[in-house]
Amino acid sequence: MSMLNYEPKYRVRGGTLVGGDLFDFWAGPFYVGFFGVTTIFFTLIGVSLILWAASLGPTWNVWRISIAPPDLKYGLALAPLREGGLWQLITVCAVGAFVSWDLRMIEIARKLGMGLHTPIAFACAITAYVTLEVIRPVLMGAWGNAFPYGIISHLDWVSNIGYQYLQFHYNPAHMIAVTFFFTTTFILAMHGGVILSSLNPPAGEEVKEGAHEDAFFRDLIAYSIGPLGIHRLGWFCAMNAGLWSALCILLSGPFWTRGWPEWWSWWLNLPFWK
Amino acid sequence: MKTSSEKPGLFAASFAAVARAIASAVGLVRTHPWLSATSVVGFCAVIAVCTLALTLERPPLHVVQTGFRGTGMQAVFNDHDLLAEARLQHADAPLPAVQLAGRPASEVYKNVKVLGAVDANEFLRLMAAMTQWVAPATGCAFCHSLNNMADDSSYNKIVARRMLQMTADINRDWKAHVGEGGVTCQTCHRGETIPSGAWFVQPAPYGTRGLTEADSGQNIVSPVAGLTSLPYDPLTPFLLQANPIRVTPTSALPSGGVRPSINQTDWTYALMIHFSDSLGVNCTFCHNTRAFEEWDQSTPHRVTAWHGISMVRAINRTYMNSLVGVFPRAMRGPLGDEAKVSCDSCHAGAYKPFFGASTLSAYPALSQVSQDWTPPAAPGGAAP
Repeated sequence: MSMLNYEPKYRVRGGTLVGGDLFDFWAGPFYVGFFGVTTIFFTLIGVSLILWAASLGPTWNVWRISIAPPDLKYGLALAPLREGGLWQLITVCAVGAFVSWDLRMIEIARKLGMGLHTPIAFACAITAYVTLEVIRPVLMGAWGNAFPYGIISHLDWVSNIGYQYLQFHYNPAHMIAVTFFFTTTFILAMHGGVILSSLNPPAGEEVKEGAHEDAFFRDLIAYSIGPLGIHRLGWFCAMNAGLWSALCILLSGPFWTRGWPEWWSWWLNLPFWK
Repeated sequence: MKTSSEKPGLFAASFAAVARAIASAVGLVRTHPWLSATSVVGFCAVIAVCTLALTLERPPLHVVQTGFRGTGMQAVFNDHDLLAEARLQHADAPLPAVQLAGRPASEVYKNVKVLGAVDANEFLRLMAAMTQWVAPATGCAFCHSLNNMADDSSYNKIVARRMLQMTADINRDWKAHVGEGGVTCQTCHRGETIPSGAWFVQPAPYGTRGLTEADSGQNIVSPVAGLTSLPYDPLTPFLLQANPIRVTPTSALPSGGVRPSINQTDWTYALMIHFSDSLGVNCTFCHNTRAFEEWDQSTPHRVTAWHGISMVRAINRTYMNSLVGVFPRAMRGPLGDEAKVSCDSCHAGAYKPFFGASTLSAYPALSQVSQDWTPPAAPGGAAP
């Protein structure tokens, strides 16, 4: 594989978080690092456990394979392997692999002398996962409150857990999270659309640059945050989307057990219009 | 040049003193190193978060698993809510048993219409229990003229007779819903003359006529639908009238029968939230929400609830509606209809009234009610 022109800058030693020069080398185009090794370690064990757990189930249909957490009766203790214990081990491996990969991203960012925006962004996604699978189950007192590993089955879980609170769209944190999700995809899609059209002009027209995006959006909506600022705004909205969605499920159960519409009674009972 | 030496009045002096104090305080604050836009915004945010936190619940929780692990078939309760609910769901102990008189009430008392076959002593015991269940504050006088207990001039006495017939009917014909535990007057009344779950047909709320899309009360807070903005009165079409509740089509294409639409679904959703709130449960008590409509994926409770829907319709149409002319105008709804029964009337927030505790077997008289009597015809015309 040929060296890209920025690779000499990327391939500098140092910047590691632990271990000094240990594993501070490249395998082909890939940086290894201490956390690359731990990522591989957790991934291999975790995927093997997934295959083992799937082999115990009734189907190899990838849509229907489901590896479920233990029954509630086991609480926060270890469960027998075939009754949720494998789910527990897989969860440990998943958290280990995700966190390792994020720490490896930090090391690479340090080598490149760039900001930590990408590892922070991935940490938001990990936070949402850990909230669902670790923090909320711990607060509720049982691993059985976590979702199962399966393409369809985890969606069924989401449906039933949502209806636990009768109408989940009334969850205020869910409202904010959904708004941020739609906003970040919407504004970045608009930005992407302008970039694609700027770089692919009709025959006979020149390729346009950043000033064109500003002019376009100032014409369209009277404001442009700019070709650079749009990425900051998109990042901000994406982070909020992940964190507010983690919060919305963290509240549901430990801090609210009734229908979410009922939560709004504080608003309805404000003295101004009660 | 000499200036005016007029001394300032007391008010002006104190005003100036206060103004100086405020000015120096503002000066102090303005120069304080902690003061910045960030800290002001942060302080307000902390206050807002702490205030909103007060609107939430606090652990501990009680989680009940009702299906295979990992499917989310579970019920989550807050222990503080459960304790409050347990106090509400406390049934009175049955009155002490009495020695039978050996003679029916019809031979001992005058004008006994529906309890004539009951033993006279058991009859008195039931009257005492009904007083305790329905009108503990007013006592016998709630239904009876104390000078002449046989007098029928109180409409409450007419209503009570009909309600005794209803109770017997529920316990005899609706075992599929109420089981062997059955119901007594106390199941609904709980010491109140008007049970808390009573409802009337609601006129369309203000602001839902004219150019609006529908007069269903959409976007107005509906207390009966759990404070959602779903249709305002889902009880009339489903628990008085017998409109179809199912909105999921049984075929891939919408052909005949069920008319699935978001509008229809909102009506059903409102009714289902009434069920949930009345029983203190969530949707998964009856349904696996991955396929609401499938009976083989639902829990057995859905069968009980299905019979309950039919039972409430029958109660409202057969018994409550027959009393529309008996209730005085002041006791009727805004459209002149009689009070009706909802799931909340009996359940009052518990999946089983009194969490399944039953006192019916202590009152065998409730199964000896005569169905021969009919209430006087409605003078004011039929219900809407």
